[in-house]
Amino acid sequence: MSVAVDLKDWTQGSASILYQSCGACRHVWYFRRVFCPSCGAVEPLTVQASGRGVVYSTTVVLRAATPETKSYAPYSMLLVDMDEGFRMMAHGDRGLVIGDKVVAHFKPFANGVLAPHFVKA
Amino acid sequence: MSFITGVGLTSFGLHEGRSTLDLMSEAASDALADAGLERDAIDGLLCGYSTTMPHLMLATVFAEHFGLQPSYAHAVQVGGATGLAMAMLAHELVEAGVAKHILVVAGENRLTGQARDSAMSTLAQVGHPEYEFPLGPTIPAYYGLLASRYMHEYGLTPADLAEFAVLMRKHAASHPGAQFRDEITVADVMASREIASPLKLLDCCPVSDGGAAFIVSRDPTNSHQVKIIGCGQAHMHQHISAMKDISASGAAISLGRASNKASVDVGQINYAAVYDSFTITLTMLLEELGLAKRGEAASRARNGDFGLTGVLPLNTHGGLLSYGHCGCGGAMAHLVETYLQMTRRAGVRQVKDASLALLHGDGGVMSSHVSMFLERVR
Repeated sequence: MSVAVDLKDWTQGSASILYQSCGACRHVWYFRRVFCPSCGAVEPLTVQASGRGVVYSTTVVLRAATPETKSYAPYSMLLVDMDEGFRMMAHGDRGLVIGDKVVAHFKPFANGVLAPHFVKA
Repeated sequence: MSFITGVGLTSFGLHEGRSTLDLMSEAASDALADAGLERDAIDGLLCGYSTTMPHLMLATVFAEHFGLQPSYAHAVQVGGATGLAMAMLAHELVEAGVAKHILVVAGENRLTGQARDSAMSTLAQVGHPEYEFPLGPTIPAYYGLLASRYMHEYGLTPADLAEFAVLMRKHAASHPGAQFRDEITVADVMASREIASPLKLLDCCPVSDGGAAFIVSRDPTNSHQVKIIGCGQAHMHQHISAMKDISASGAAISLGRASNKASVDVGQINYAAVYDSFTITLTMLLEELGLAKRGEAASRARNGDFGLTGVLPLNTHGGLLSYGHCGCGGAMAHLVETYLQMTRRAGVRQVKDASLALLHGDGGVMSSHVSMFLERVR
């Protein structure tokens, strides 16, 4: 793991995944905050993830909800348990199954989003 | 102590040209008539939200429209759990002496009042706005993710889940107000088009127009005496990415709190009303609530245990899956049906003895839970 330099991740258009960890209680989480949701300590560490993890669950969206996302359907969505200890939602190759070891790539998706897209490691 | 004293429920499905306020008003009128109360007896008002009529002050808007001047009123929103959360709040308010007769009402023209894509898109926003929603998930996708994992952990198949679509349709077939009444088979569910794997169209509840209401009172207003004897809630996460344990969503914690309040063990109940937005929702909740062992809910359904003559009749109006889902009013239909069963007015759907019932609702992605025990006093 390395401490992120530019502190931008895919949600801000950068091809990376960031997570946070607490120096006080060692808690690890995904959604960015300015405090630890477990113990409340301030100034958590923002860290770049390795992009490696294990598939926790899968679904293939055949019926998308918006005109923008419809042209991408069907697309495969995943929950991935990352090696660093947090869980994230992402896209992935069709055919991935629960328990597969995967690694993150990034692919353009609807509305200019650069989506994390996992493939078999 | 509080009593359910009256209920009202519109048919669910298409109500072309009718607004949120129209549907709320119809249900509220029916609930007042059922309780034998006039408008001026209502001193408390709780209402849900409406995606077709977003408003900062829906309760006050409804009070003015319907002709109420309550001493306590506001809206509540916890997604699909809203109906039962309002019932719990009404119970607590009555117990605290804040009001004597609280009207709880919700309604929405969710089907005809907006484009289908608009409904799906609004609902999908229960996902995280930065980390989930941009990836294009839908509500069925969140539940598809839950389903894949839960089936993996407990060895379930899509045909297992389908049992609950079949059961809810069987129940709805004998309710004239249900949106879908044609009986279906497991094969029909399996052959329906995939929405978000492993969930197919018939694994998903429909979008409906409809309204529901009930009144929670300090004292009975007629010969029916159904008491709210204990409620509980649990809120363990909002987003599926932050859900820690698929087998401990919060349902069991919520139930434990209600059980303690009511001094009732869930094994004692003889009627169940459980939130069923998808077949997987019902499967997971039945098992986490202990109404079926892990991995066995489907086989219990196949065995007839949750039917009208089974050991534990469940959602005898057809549930969200077949009676329909109009938003906050969706799960309130479960309470209306439970009350009709407990007061022996369920007609051809009447079960033998609904004297002690459990209601359980969830909102979001198994995010907010409310449990409630109702007991018939006589």
